[in-house]
Amino acid sequence: MSLLSVEDLGLTIHGTPILDGVSFDLPVGQVLGLVGESGSGKSMTSLALMGLLPRGAQVSGQAHMDGRDLLALDERSLCGIRGKEIGMIFQEPMTALNPVRTIGDQVAETLVIHGAASRAGARAMARDRLDRVGLSDFPMDRFPHELSGGQRQRVCIAMAVALRPRLLIADEPTTALDVTTQAQILDLLKGLVEEEDMALLLITHDLAVVAGVADHVAVMQAGRIVEDGPTEQLFRTRRHDYTRQLFAASSHQPRRDTRPSAQPLLQVEGAVRSYTLPRRHLFGPAPQLHAVRDVSFTLHEGESLGLVGESGCGKSTLTRAILGLEPLQAGRITLNGQRVEAGRMPPALRAQVQVVFQDPYGSFNPRHRVERLVAEPFHLAPAPNRRDRVAQALVDVGLKPADMDKYIHEFSGGQRQRIAIARALIIRPKLIVLDEAVSALDVRVRAQILDLLADLQGRMGLSYLFISHDLSVVRAVTDRVMVMKAGEIVENGATGAIFDNPRHEYTRQLIAATPRIPPNWREREENEGTLV
Amino acid sequence: MIRYTASRLISLILSLIVASVVIFAVIEVIPGDPAAYMLGMNAAPETVAALRRDLGLEAGVLARYFAWVGGMLTGDFGMSYTYRVPVADLVAARLWVSLPLTLYALGLAVALALPVGVLAAARRGSVTDAGIMGAAQLGVAVPNFWFAMLLVLVFAINLRWFSAGGFPGWDQGFWPNVKALTLPAVALALPQAAILARVMRSALIETLDQDYIRTARAKGLSHGQAVMRHALRNALIPVLTIVGLQFSFLLAGAIIIENVFFLPGLGRLIFQGITQRDLIVVESVVMLLVFAVILVTFLVDLAYAAVDPRLRRR
Repeated sequence: MSLLSVEDLGLTIHGTPILDGVSFDLPVGQVLGLVGESGSGKSMTSLALMGLLPRGAQVSGQAHMDGRDLLALDERSLCGIRGKEIGMIFQEPMTALNPVRTIGDQVAETLVIHGAASRAGARAMARDRLDRVGLSDFPMDRFPHELSGGQRQRVCIAMAVALRPRLLIADEPTTALDVTTQAQILDLLKGLVEEEDMALLLITHDLAVVAGVADHVAVMQAGRIVEDGPTEQLFRTRRHDYTRQLFAASSHQPRRDTRPSAQPLLQVEGAVRSYTLPRRHLFGPAPQLHAVRDVSFTLHEGESLGLVGESGCGKSTLTRAILGLEPLQAGRITLNGQRVEAGRMPPALRAQVQVVFQDPYGSFNPRHRVERLVAEPFHLAPAPNRRDRVAQALVDVGLKPADMDKYIHEFSGGQRQRIAIARALIIRPKLIVLDEAVSALDVRVRAQILDLLADLQGRMGLSYLFISHDLSVVRAVTDRVMVMKAGEIVENGATGAIFDNPRHEYTRQLIAATPRIPPNWREREENEGTLV
Repeated sequence: MIRYTASRLISLILSLIVASVVIFAVIEVIPGDPAAYMLGMNAAPETVAALRRDLGLEAGVLARYFAWVGGMLTGDFGMSYTYRVPVADLVAARLWVSLPLTLYALGLAVALALPVGVLAAARRGSVTDAGIMGAAQLGVAVPNFWFAMLLVLVFAINLRWFSAGGFPGWDQGFWPNVKALTLPAVALALPQAAILARVMRSALIETLDQDYIRTARAKGLSHGQAVMRHALRNALIPVLTIVGLQFSFLLAGAIIIENVFFLPGLGRLIFQGITQRDLIVVESVVMLLVFAVILVTFLVDLAYAAVDPRLRRR
């Protein structure tokens, strides 16, 4: 029996078509995975069902739930349905909670607003719901900033399921979380669906997440559902071309032609970095945060070294130290035999290491043209023919020389990341630090960027330090990998060996928590060749 | 919260010490002779010497500084040279006009601006919003002395609801004074309300775009409920900052309005002190105003912590 039946849902915003003919059924107690890349209309579909679309939105079609058409209801009736019959959780747990109100208050509010309980009764029920989502240790008077991302997402879930809604919509609920936290949250959602006989509409870009959780899958592209069906069947057959592309890209293995030499390029020996935290008592000792404790490793010329670990493990601090942006309390870092020290790096040394960051939107000054952005590192190593060099760097990363006269907002996320790579390449560094450089990209774009990086490495003999929380990507593109936990490198070795035969308990946890598509669902893939 | 308050209190005391040193240095130490300056160019040397003795300028710089600070701590601000009365008495009398006027004006400004700003933000892009923002633009642009004269013309001269100026004094009872302060308070409040309404609107609009407002709507709150329960408190921080600045400004910055309405306020006192070269008055009133600004900043800091739990731990 269908709980929700969407027929021919269409949407325009200020006249721009966003959704076109979206239809699907969601049976009671089942999980439907809605998969697609950014901009495909996944989130807009969910907001249309909730009646929370932005200004200028025009919907058409029908969405039947319990004999009512959600799209035809007035605002008053929708307020009665939101939170009561349809619960929703969002991607960003860090900002999804009101920072000035306690978590108990915010969970209880769902109950009070729908008149389900008195104030005192609501608090008791809120306590019960917080216990159910695994926060039994947390007092109700905690504020959101006192919780981690995973804990906040649990609070959001408690809020969404407080009234035991029949339908739960989860929009990228685990995208912002670490892999082990993601596994816990997905388990929690699955448990809730089973216990409460709820239906779950799970929106995600990650095929592996869907493979583990959903009963049915619908694949969206450019505002349409291009293919849908039972999960295993859809994954095995992949009728639509777009599904096949997504599939291939999600497990893309760039062709790498690397010859790491025995010559050490970057050496880190006994690096220690700790921060002094504010005192707890007026005259007590100031506590220390040990971000990096006694880390040593060597990166050889022409090698790709992976660094994996969860947020807060010290990856970023270590990266900043390697870039010469962060002083060490003990230990030393040398690049090509020269000492790297914060504040005391000669330009010629600094020119040997460049970095590409995660956010393709935030890492460029929007007022400068691409030529100036890409030419920025030249202050370290001035060159006469700047425009030619910029043109060459743009060609190297697959863009056109004419692009140098454009502004950054004229480019897509993937193109921006190419420009970031061009900027890193322009003074021909030996080492490029890739700090979550592909994490914000859609799978197909990510595959292209990984190919580009592999190609550049082969042609220019670059070394990469590849920092990521995404184990599958690290596995695909590195020669060796280090696993970092709480400021220490707990395991270190050849990538294949570590992934196939992890020795440290933490590495095993990480690998076990990583969602994956069952290998036997992939069988047809070998015959398909690579992606477009 | 105790740590936070203590740290703010320490910063308050340090600011006061720095401010007193700067004021003392500017008025008493840097160039020329205060006594000669106060008496003007044609003063006889004997008169200047007498004044120097009178002012205690013979003593060393440090001794004079500590005498001045010590005096202020015990409520002795020195003798006004022109009025020949203790500065403390002069200031106290003026403060009883300026402080109520400031609070009255600020109260009016907040009472008018917050609801109007919230309304404009909640109906962003509507005719209501455009109307309110247009009025606010006008409120900022209109010079307040002109608006004050307009008020006098309409409410004092034509309608005769209020007097055109003057201040009866608090010994005449509560209401006559409130009545006397009403027109000046309205004249002062208008531009401040216009500024506050704009700040309230933009702060609230920014807050309404936050993810937690979407979360609140997904819980079943109506747009209005989401504004009142979730957005408002978060939007108050920039508003509090501006209110704090406005208080300090109004306390001594009401001089034009005080002149229009013949009010014996602090603004006029300091103006007279400067024109009559009465450095003792200037020095003390400036220090008092600095104290008021620092105190208000302290109170605003405490208000931040009351609004935002994230600040309490620092």
